[in-house]
Amino acid sequence: MTSYRVALAGNPNTGKSTLFNTLTGLKQHTGNWPGKTVIRAEGTYVHNNQEYTLVDLPGTYSLYANSADEEVARDYIVFEKPDVTVVVMDATAMERNLNLALQVMEMTDRVILCINLMDEAEKKGMTIHDRKLADRLGVPVVKISARNKQGIDQLLDAIERMAEGKITTRPYRVTYSEDLEQKIREIEPDVRKIVGDQYPARWIALRLLDGDYSLLKTLQDQLLNQRGKGVETGELSVSCHT
Amino acid sequence: MVLNKTKTLYDCQSGEVVQIKSLQVEGTMRRRLLDLGFVPGACVKVLQRSPMGDPVAYRVSHTTIALRQEESSRIWVEEIGGDQG
Repeated sequence: MTSYRVALAGNPNTGKSTLFNTLTGLKQHTGNWPGKTVIRAEGTYVHNNQEYTLVDLPGTYSLYANSADEEVARDYIVFEKPDVTVVVMDATAMERNLNLALQVMEMTDRVILCINLMDEAEKKGMTIHDRKLADRLGVPVVKISARNKQGIDQLLDAIERMAEGKITTRPYRVTYSEDLEQKIREIEPDVRKIVGDQYPARWIALRLLDGDYSLLKTLQDQLLNQRGKGVETGELSVSCHT
Repeated sequence: MVLNKTKTLYDCQSGEVVQIKSLQVEGTMRRRLLDLGFVPGACVKVLQRSPMGDPVAYRVSHTTIALRQEESSRIWVEEIGGDQG
């Protein structure tokens, strides 16, 4: 029986690690991400007789690789392709947290939005319309309070259904200016030719247009590793406009 | 034409509440500021200055963030009110 891989992403201070500890208990170990001074926490839990490996990604505000933390989180979601990525959000600061959520939704279809700190939000008299949010964003939304262990079962059920492929999502994709969309249309087919369906072509096209050389480097390494040979490293560099 | 007097975030006093008009910052720092919530249209409250006057703490989208003069002097804002104090 193989274990499903679940990644926890989220802004700093959203209770990501609290949730991680609640789910994995003592079944966890920490270390560093290869070549980085960034803590990697991994643990396992069992739900309905199925084992899940949970990876606690570094807390970040964004995934544009401005720092080692962001690079680790981004690379894990895009290149390691977890079965499910759970974005843990602070219910009291949804606007700020949606930034990261939308970025993750550009990178993968397998996203669950987990709105944590619901107890705090309720104390402040805030209501989160989870159904409406799920409807607008096209991905499952689960409200929890990791601290009080509320909503955990619903979250685990949602993860289970997504890992087993029983949930089809249609993540809301940001539409950019006509100029940018035009450029994306120009290079996306070429990107798709190189990376196939294994990596998100639109997202990579966007990163290339942004002049993200660090991603280009990682992508080349990934493709070279996979195919051993046969990938023209120059091929990708050509499409990188700044 | 300037209707309401614009100034930079660095010029604001503690307690002032302002709205961001534009960011004169490029590259990764611009990206970073946007990620932290310093987006055009966002409301920012000036919380307090550190003893030497730099950095300054700001409240933006429910979080406190301190910026150096280097960045705050490149963020153009417009006054919208606030309590002095």
